[in-house]
Amino acid sequence: MEEIMFLKRKATEIRMELLKMIYEAKTGHTGGSLSNTDILTVLYYKMMNIDPNNPKWEDRDRYVQSKGHAVESLWAILADKGFFPKEELKTFSQYKSRLIGHPNNKVPGIEMNTGALGHGLPIAVGMALAAKLDGKSYKVYTLMGDGEQAEGSVWEGAMAASQYKLDNLVAIIDRNKLQITGSTEDVMGLEPLGDKWRSFGWDVVEVDGNDVEALVEVFSQAPRTPGKPTMVVANTVKGKGVSFAENVAAWHHHVPSKEEFELAMKELSEQLEVLV
Amino acid sequence: MKNVALKPAKGNKIANRQAISETLLDLAKKDRDILVLTSDSRGSASMVQFGKELPDQIVEVGIAEQNIVGMASGLAHSGKKPFVASPACFLSMRSIEQIKVDVAYSQTNVKLIGISGGVSYGALGMSHHSLQDLAVTRAIPGIDVMMPADRHEAKKMIEALVEYDRPVYVRIGRNPVEDSYLSEDYDFQIGKAVTMKDGDDITIIATGETVRVALDAAEALFEQGIECRVINMHTIKPLDEEAIIKAAKETGKIITIEEHSIHGGLGAAVAEVVVQHQPVPVKIIGIPDEPAITGNTAQVFEYYGLSVENVKKIAVELLAK
Repeated sequence: MEEIMFLKRKATEIRMELLKMIYEAKTGHTGGSLSNTDILTVLYYKMMNIDPNNPKWEDRDRYVQSKGHAVESLWAILADKGFFPKEELKTFSQYKSRLIGHPNNKVPGIEMNTGALGHGLPIAVGMALAAKLDGKSYKVYTLMGDGEQAEGSVWEGAMAASQYKLDNLVAIIDRNKLQITGSTEDVMGLEPLGDKWRSFGWDVVEVDGNDVEALVEVFSQAPRTPGKPTMVVANTVKGKGVSFAENVAAWHHHVPSKEEFELAMKELSEQLEVLV
Repeated sequence: MKNVALKPAKGNKIANRQAISETLLDLAKKDRDILVLTSDSRGSASMVQFGKELPDQIVEVGIAEQNIVGMASGLAHSGKKPFVASPACFLSMRSIEQIKVDVAYSQTNVKLIGISGGVSYGALGMSHHSLQDLAVTRAIPGIDVMMPADRHEAKKMIEALVEYDRPVYVRIGRNPVEDSYLSEDYDFQIGKAVTMKDGDDITIIATGETVRVALDAAEALFEQGIECRVINMHTIKPLDEEAIIKAAKETGKIITIEEHSIHGGLGAAVAEVVVQHQPVPVKIIGIPDEPAITGNTAQVFEYYGLSVENVKKIAVELLAK
């Protein structure tokens, strides 16, 4: 339980860090970064076999962030893990910074440049296939958005992962049910989303994507079915952790005002206080 | 200057795809990281034999061009040397965003072989023509663009590319092509044009299968007392600017000829250099800005003036000015 508490505290600290980054830079994808924070925290502090001192170690687990725009939580985590100095977070989205608004592989710890939706899964499929061809045991994780599921290339990758029996591949959908225009079901309906993936030959598991304990359990079990890629439909809350940002589509890339920022930090500090 | 060009055409007709496939098979036998990725295209890429001999080094992706490029970039990122062999018309258009982001921007060591390029699928219509691929790939930073003239160059290019850790788009045609080179005994360097024939009256710059047309035109013009320089620009990007400036200075007139739209391809690339460094008259021969007529490659070339007769005519006109 000590570990779960550590992960919960870590996720809250990362939320505070990313809000600070977005507030200071006056730009960013607040809602999506808050919704994926717990997933990334579990991957980076519990699941993934990585070495910040040797970011290109060939046996490392790989992470490809297909929903590249929600990068703030990732920058905060990579800095905290020691891939680059924490001080650099202040440069987020600033003139000539390498910490841009999407993953940038000039930064240690980032595997691939992403930002155009629908690209991450095919890339992850290639990485997972390379592991199989080389007889290596590393795993490949990729995080997609739910709005992103409308991209056709996602389903091209889905077919190939199943065809090549890539059980070393874990794809996650940050299912916060909102995209920039509004509800995913109004924009382009996705349900039954799990069944779609099942019919493509994946082992699908649904989980509360803001519950670190449940996420640890799900990721630890993958692959549950040898020969099948794993799809984790992570039901999340967009804007998670900040009461007035939760489930509000406008917070997709809303930058908090001074008042909102201070209130959000106060809420998160209070959450941190009870996590002991 | 060493004579590397064959003159005139001798009728040795081998398709560049065949030369590429054989070369890759030889190299892949010695290097298990070399992979060929196909999009239900192993037949049209001449990769059936490769698949039979090295079944673990061919990856079938199905008819999914976005995925084939994404997967190739993931494979390359993990140390593989993927060669994607897929029709140029689809590879350079359907998957252009994957080429831009996953390959060029991420700098993954992916080699894209656009097969059946240009008007190889002449009778199938505009959907199957790839006459914009040079323009599109050339405008993307981080990826090189090449076209081999014949089987000798296709082989040397592939040998060089296996050792070249950088994204490259190569376009080849479907049909057997006449040799342009005497043999493989010449110096092939990425980004370095080959002067196939020297001359000081006018320069013809060609790429891919039009190199043979340029050589034959030069031969015909020689009989009229006109000495043409023929430059094979096998690498469109990075462009050998030095060879172009030198030709502009020394010959004062340039004709370009390519199996591509007149917009954004070899002619445009040459003109960009000429106007900025050594302004001289340039005449661009290519496919005009219209859906190309249908017909076999020879018929389409003839119709649009990618022919010995038209090059001759234009050379004479330019020299009369």
